Amino acid sequence: MPDYNSMELMICVASRLLDNGARVGVGTGAPCATAMLAQNLHAPDLLVAFEAGGLAPLMPEMPISVGDSRTFHHALMTTSMGDIMETCQRGMMDYAFLGGAQIDCYGNLNSTVIGDYDHPSVRFPGSGGANDFASFCWHTLVITQHDPRRFVERLDFVTTPGYLTGPGAREAAGLPEGTGPHKVITDLAVMGYHPETKRMQVESLHPGVTFSQIDEQTGFDLPAAEEMSQTDPPTSEELQMLRETVDPHGIIIGRE
Amino acid sequence: MSELASGSGPLFTDPDPEAARAFFRGKKGAFQDKVMSVKEAVESFVQDGDYVASGGFGANRISTSCMHEMVRQRKQNLGFAGHTTTHDFQILSAGNRNGEKLLGRVDAAYIVGLEARGLSAQARKVMQSGDVEVCEWSNFALACRFRAAAAGLPFVPMRSMLGTDTFRHSAAKEIECPFTGLKLLAIPALYPDVSFIHVHESDRFGNSRIKGITVADVDLARASRRLVITAERLVNTDEIRSDSDATTIPSFCVDAVCEVPNGSYPGNMPGEYFSDEAHLRQWLDVERDEEAYGAFLERFVFGVEDFEGYLEQCGGADRIKELRAIELMSDDRN
Repeated sequence: MPDYNSMELMICVASRLLDNGARVGVGTGAPCATAMLAQNLHAPDLLVAFEAGGLAPLMPEMPISVGDSRTFHHALMTTSMGDIMETCQRGMMDYAFLGGAQIDCYGNLNSTVIGDYDHPSVRFPGSGGANDFASFCWHTLVITQHDPRRFVERLDFVTTPGYLTGPGAREAAGLPEGTGPHKVITDLAVMGYHPETKRMQVESLHPGVTFSQIDEQTGFDLPAAEEMSQTDPPTSEELQMLRETVDPHGIIIGRE
Repeated sequence: MSELASGSGPLFTDPDPEAARAFFRGKKGAFQDKVMSVKEAVESFVQDGDYVASGGFGANRISTSCMHEMVRQRKQNLGFAGHTTTHDFQILSAGNRNGEKLLGRVDAAYIVGLEARGLSAQARKVMQSGDVEVCEWSNFALACRFRAAAAGLPFVPMRSMLGTDTFRHSAAKEIECPFTGLKLLAIPALYPDVSFIHVHESDRFGNSRIKGITVADVDLARASRRLVITAERLVNTDEIRSDSDATTIPSFCVDAVCEVPNGSYPGNMPGEYFSDEAHLRQWLDVERDEEAYGAFLERFVFGVEDFEGYLEQCGGADRIKELRAIELMSDDRN
């Protein structure tokens, strides 16, 4: 079995969720690498959109910024933030794909502050385009490390909407119908959401991970789905593409 | 249209289109030569207390020279639109040291981070100090605020931010759509006092060309009371007229034109040069040590005359040549 680190595992597993022909709005960091990996393997017709205005590029390597010139290298179009987000708002984007943040059992995300808002102990960047992507796109994917600091019972600040307070809450708030969290990919497992309760549940455990590990690393009650499976490990083909083509400088995967 | 709920955040600028129209009525000069130095542009058009905005996208096509100049001239108590502001925000946060306060109020959609590169210790310190007023938005919301202003409207409706603390700490208002009954957010127009946009080419009047993505700059240029253009190159008006499709910003929106080659450095400039990741890393690292940071700012910002002096400190033409090779992915890149 090939050797890999936790970030490589997450990216390889997540890339399999991006089906060929899908349209995806991609956030900064790991999602950039994941989208590019999918595009270079099983999903050549993945339509990748960046919030700064890059539409359907052929990325030569993963972007460092969602607005750098790699995000519109050989693109079908270079446009504006307004155009990309309006495209999402009118229902033409299948997936929002977002990176690390605090997350709760309904898939709500915090990337704004830790502590009291008026006297924060830590100030983070804020929404960026995350709130917009997760409000508008049909399905939201999140890729993040699995630990009790990130998987919390109660967020200090709801930056970006998941299912908010539970079933029906998004629609009641005025968010577009039929949208919401879809999958969470961590270094331990792949999670989905219960169709009725809208609470997060474990769908697949990564190789060597036990359920008690998940329990220890999660700050809320995270049950197993009715049918829980085992994640296939990264293949040598996936790892080679990721290391040599997608992130050759180790920006995200942390290897040279 | 009835108002259902209101964000509790402060509205730093007046969304009234009548006030904006009265100002824009007097803004003429489509055929006026506006070429000047960055120093002169910042002296002339930025007053203490003004609300300013930065074009581009954080460390991509930013007007670095103007950010440095505002810090060097020790402007105070500015309002700022944080529409994915990364290195630009990091530069301005250097003005909030030793009891001085360049940033006074911030509309925050994305601040203090440099995307995959990490968080700025100095920008975080400034925003955690409690000295700076802040209002939350999403990136699209700030783009909508520029769009509303560019259209001469008091607000535009939008469907994100609903149900979240981002809305609760914004200055948006929930309204009911008069046609469908849907809940919408009314996003107030933002007319900045002065904005800085870096472009590929401009003529002496300010007719400007941006290559690649425009982010929110088409609207920002039109929304701004005063607009400073910094350009990689000056071109003749005949050249502009030979390809009017390429004009992104018309000269009557522009107040100053500054020729600043390599002016987005250490940010990326599409088709020209890639970001200087080593220098950005150095900037992030040095912020963690107050003494070293002070010396760093002295060397790169306060101790140099202008942007050209800064570039010399960073390796000058040789470094730009390397970054150009990376941008163009030529064979001789490192």
